[in-house]
Order: sequence, then structure tokens, then C-alpha cells
Amino acid sequence: MLKILHYINQFYGGIGGEEHAGHLPEMREGAVGPGTAFVAAFGADAAITHTIICGDSYFGENTEAAKEAILDMVREVKPDLFLAGPAFNAGRYGFACGTICDAVKAELDIPVLTGMYEENPGAEAFVDKMHIVATRDSAVGMRDAVPKMAKLALKLARGEKIGASIEEGYMPGYMRVNFFEEKRGSERAVDMLLAKMKGEPFVTEFPMPDFDRVDALPPVVDITKAKIALVTSGGIVPKGNPDRIEASSASKYGEYDITGVTDLTEATYETAHGGYDPTYANVDSDRVLPVDVLREMEAAGKIGALHNKFYTTTGNGTAVKSSAAFAIEFAAKLKNDGVDAVILTST
Amino acid sequence: MVKEVERAGIPVVHICTVTPISITVGANRIVPAIAIPHPLGNPKVSMEEEKEIRIKIVETSLDALTTPVDGQTIFEVKY
Repeated sequence: MLKILHYINQFYGGIGGEEHAGHLPEMREGAVGPGTAFVAAFGADAAITHTIICGDSYFGENTEAAKEAILDMVREVKPDLFLAGPAFNAGRYGFACGTICDAVKAELDIPVLTGMYEENPGAEAFVDKMHIVATRDSAVGMRDAVPKMAKLALKLARGEKIGASIEEGYMPGYMRVNFFEEKRGSERAVDMLLAKMKGEPFVTEFPMPDFDRVDALPPVVDITKAKIALVTSGGIVPKGNPDRIEASSASKYGEYDITGVTDLTEATYETAHGGYDPTYANVDSDRVLPVDVLREMEAAGKIGALHNKFYTTTGNGTAVKSSAAFAIEFAAKLKNDGVDAVILTST
Repeated sequence: MVKEVERAGIPVVHICTVTPISITVGANRIVPAIAIPHPLGNPKVSMEEEKEIRIKIVETSLDALTTPVDGQTIFEVKY
């Protein structure tokens, strides 16, 4: 029976939510949380002998230390495969799964597998380094993800030949697999062209890579004359969240006037973000949106002015498309208002 | 959001804790923060010390905004 070691975060490990995101890596025997679904899918072929649980914030903030501690645990267990997640659209979790799988593969030469949503930043960062099964954006997709991941995990653990991404369900971009198509290229190309002309759906065999990079702008010439605006994905809102910005998967952003505001206090501001422990931001929102410091710099003439409006949303599971649309809209407003530079904070 | 602000013609600095995510997203000027739930603060120290930390991060961000960059650059904060 194959031996599998499973990595999950504090939430799936049943330890707790964001208030426990600082949880240090620990190893338990047997399967925990989503591991039980994998155990059912593996049947008699494999067993999850151990589960490592680590807080997402701990991993994100102490990546090197977390990696070393987890590698030691993996060395001790010597599994046939290291399985992580699935992380769906959780950014820190996806980053942790990708980072630790990459380390296990590179340093211990043990096959690895993880799963996440295609927009998870961990997917773009690690898609060329390992097999990542494409999942849905939330845990609703667990039922689809487990059988796909379990099947591929067994093949990888046994060292079997892995088929093309389209056959196995992993994200394309990691390895090239040769196979014979039934129809020759010219015929397939003409079929696609005809479908396109008829307005029917077709699947390209060579999607163009999406290199969406924006070149850096030249620097601000005189910061003491510059009008600076604050933007955040950390969900800072006036107390009571008047526009009801969603705690995750935000459908909107907020624009709030801070004319005359010199300090964000517990009585006046809070966070609407559901993806990190809100305790610290609720006590003092300057910890996420530094209005206090910028007001002092404005008074001291270190900056020209702090713009009287700030823009905010919750970057938690929010689709890239939505975030881009929000920013296109408020960036035009900032431009109109003569803003020279933006400080954007993320949690 | 960082990319769209820059695309609109406004120089932008991204303050965040997990800088590899910022690199993946495509920010050009990046300043590392303290921790995910309190990027510009530290509840473990006094309010005064915490404000000093915040001032240093914001000052580094202003330095980043006034520095020409050739590609994605991380500006370390000097505490």
C-alpha cells in the first residue's frame, strides 16, 4: 500500500479560522479533514499515514522556517507522494501548497501533487514546476477535485506514465506530453476555422500565453508637492460597513471621504475583510491604511497632500476580473482628481 | 488593482506581506509589510513603537515612488 503524506491549512485541519492562521506546523497520524475524502477515493491502493497542518499566515510570514520544519517531517515519514490542498481560490493557502510541494520535490525527490483554482496566485507561480489539478474556486468543488486528484496522485506515486493535461485534469504548462491525434493538423485547423466562422465554440490547441505586465512608470519628481491617494484590498471601511462590501468575493469597492480625518480609530473604522483575523485592524485601522502617518507627513510638508478619498475592497477570493474592473473605474477618478501617486496596501 | 492603477498612468507602490504574490500579480514597486492581519503595525509592541514602524514603511514607500525602477523591485524597509 502506498504511503501518502497530506498537507492542509489550519482551517481544513479543524484548528480554526483566521484567528488561528498563525498556527505552527504540526504532524498528526492518519487523515484529517479533506484527507478522509481522499482515503475513500484511494481505497485499498494507498493510505494517508500522516497529515501536516500549518497556519496560512504562519507559512506566508515565516516561509523559510515553515519550509524547513515541514521538510524535516517529510524526511521522517518518507512518503511515496506528498499531497497538498486543494487550496481552491485561497491565495495564501495556494502559495503555501505550491511552495512546500516545490521544496519537497526539489530537495527530497518525492513526487508531489496539489490542486487549486486557476486564478489562485499560487497557480501562476507554480504551474511550470509541478502537477496542479484545476479545481473550482471554493470548497464546493471538493467533490469534483478529490477523484481527479486521487487518480493522478496514485499514478504519480507509482511512477506511472502521466498523460497530457487535457486527459489527466492538471493545469497545462508543466510538462509536454506527446501523443498521436486521430486527425492530421490541417484538418483540425480547418475544422476550427469553420467553427469560428459559424460562431460555434472551438478549443484552441495552442492558447497564447497571457503576459499581462504593465511597465513601471517614471518616478514622482517631487514628493513634497505630490498628492498621494490610499487604496487597499484589506477591506477598511467606515464602522458598520455602510455599502455592505462582501467579506469575500467582493462585487464592489468603496469610496470614502477622509477630509479632516487624521486617525482611524476603533470607533470610526473597521475591516470588512473575511480572509484574515480582523482583531488588529478593528482596533486600529491605520495598521492597514496608514492615514495617521500620512496626515502627519502632510502637515510636516513631507508630501504635498493626502487625497481626501480612499478606495477599498476585500481582496479575499475576489475574481481578478472584478478587481481589475474596480481599479479601472477608480483609477480614472484618481486621475481626474489630480492624484500623482498611489500607496496600495494588501493584507 | 496595482496593475490597473499603473496602467492608468499613476505611479503606485504595493505594500504587502507575502511579496511573492505581489511579484506574481505584477506590481513594479513593492515594499514588504509586517504581517498579514496588520501589514503596517505590530500589536506586540507599544503604540509609539508601532507608529515608528508604520512611519518607516510609509517613508520607504515614498522612496520607492521617487526611485526609477527597471522591472519589478522590492524595497526593503530599514528598521
